[in-house]
Amino acid sequence: MENLNIFIRSIFVDNMIFAYFLGMCSFLAVSKNVKTAFGLGIAVMFMLVITLPINYLLETYVLRPGALAWLGPEYAAIDLSFLSLILFIAVIASMTQVVEMAVEKFSPSLYASLGIFLPLIAVNCAILGGSLFMQQRDFPGIWTAVCAGGGWGLGWLLAITAIAAIRERLAQYSNIPRPLQGVGITFIITALMGIAFMSFLGIKL
Amino acid sequence: MAEKVSNKKIFLNPLSKDNPVIVQILGICSVLAVTAKLEPAIVMGLSVIAVLAFSNVIISLIRNTIPTNIRIIVQLVVVAGLVVIVSQLLQAYAYDVSKQLSVFIGLIITNCILMGRLEAFAMANRPWPSFLDGVGNGAGYAVILVIVGFFRELLGSGTLLGYQVVPQWCYDHGYVNNGLMILPPMALIVVACIIWVHRSINKDIE
Repeated sequence: MENLNIFIRSIFVDNMIFAYFLGMCSFLAVSKNVKTAFGLGIAVMFMLVITLPINYLLETYVLRPGALAWLGPEYAAIDLSFLSLILFIAVIASMTQVVEMAVEKFSPSLYASLGIFLPLIAVNCAILGGSLFMQQRDFPGIWTAVCAGGGWGLGWLLAITAIAAIRERLAQYSNIPRPLQGVGITFIITALMGIAFMSFLGIKL
Repeated sequence: MAEKVSNKKIFLNPLSKDNPVIVQILGICSVLAVTAKLEPAIVMGLSVIAVLAFSNVIISLIRNTIPTNIRIIVQLVVVAGLVVIVSQLLQAYAYDVSKQLSVFIGLIITNCILMGRLEAFAMANRPWPSFLDGVGNGAGYAVILVIVGFFRELLGSGTLLGYQVVPQWCYDHGYVNNGLMILPPMALIVVACIIWVHRSINKDIE
């Protein structure tokens, strides 16, 4: 029940894009059509679900102050938490490489349309952000990490698909002042949706 | 490429014409998150300038020895190392600000400006132009951060750097702070307005 709550909260209340504005770079660049946006969303969600539990295990058994106690009492005093950034990003970068190879093999068309943004998932703030939030919030167990990762990923997928759909319509039917076209108007739409998503604040199961 | 472009241009272009935030649309995440107040915005801007300048120099120094296949990981490790140093320094000398910035110092690693500049510039240029490019882009980023932080703190809290600037008699006559400015979505709208103004002036940018 607790995990379900975290899952739902991660999708709506703690939405990566509308509440924290993480992963905006690829979000703005890839949200021109729904199909590509959906593909990238799936890739990001997949990455979050994989890397969050791995980083949780690293955090619990290696990095946290006293985490090395299972090696023996003389290791209990070691605090490696300053290494967390480097280890987290190493896990994320190597997992990205794996996902990239998998996508290239199984879906060449998606691979071609994602182009440069697939390797850039490694530097998608949403994924490192997920791990850092996990570290900050002291998750109680590995399933919580899985659920939060899934929720954040799903929320990101939801957001990028919704914005892509709006942008597709906007490009066809609306008359936007020229300097505001493209990026400018996307910012404003995202802001408005962010305000809308605030109404989920305080949801509890 | 570097030989043709003068050092001065390398340094000045990112400030307005080629601004990393509002023209190249890189590094948006942190612009939105840390600009509710001016002070964290300034600290964040300085941190990014430092990390960007030094990572550009380091990558540029070792650019001929990095195998292309693993260059992203190498770049990430260099950047991550520098960010750890910055984050430890901040915790030592500016603890309050580092608390406010929370995860966003760590997220400098994944700031797209860094990867973008490393890939596009430092991998192909000598250390000194790379250093200037790093400082220039960092400054371009910091400028936007400070503008957004300025408006959000002024309109949202009526203060600047924590000092009251909207005088008390305004409040007595019914002036109310715009609470919406504190909320993260307003940063997007402020940035959108900056883009709007900037593109109206520089018509040639798409």
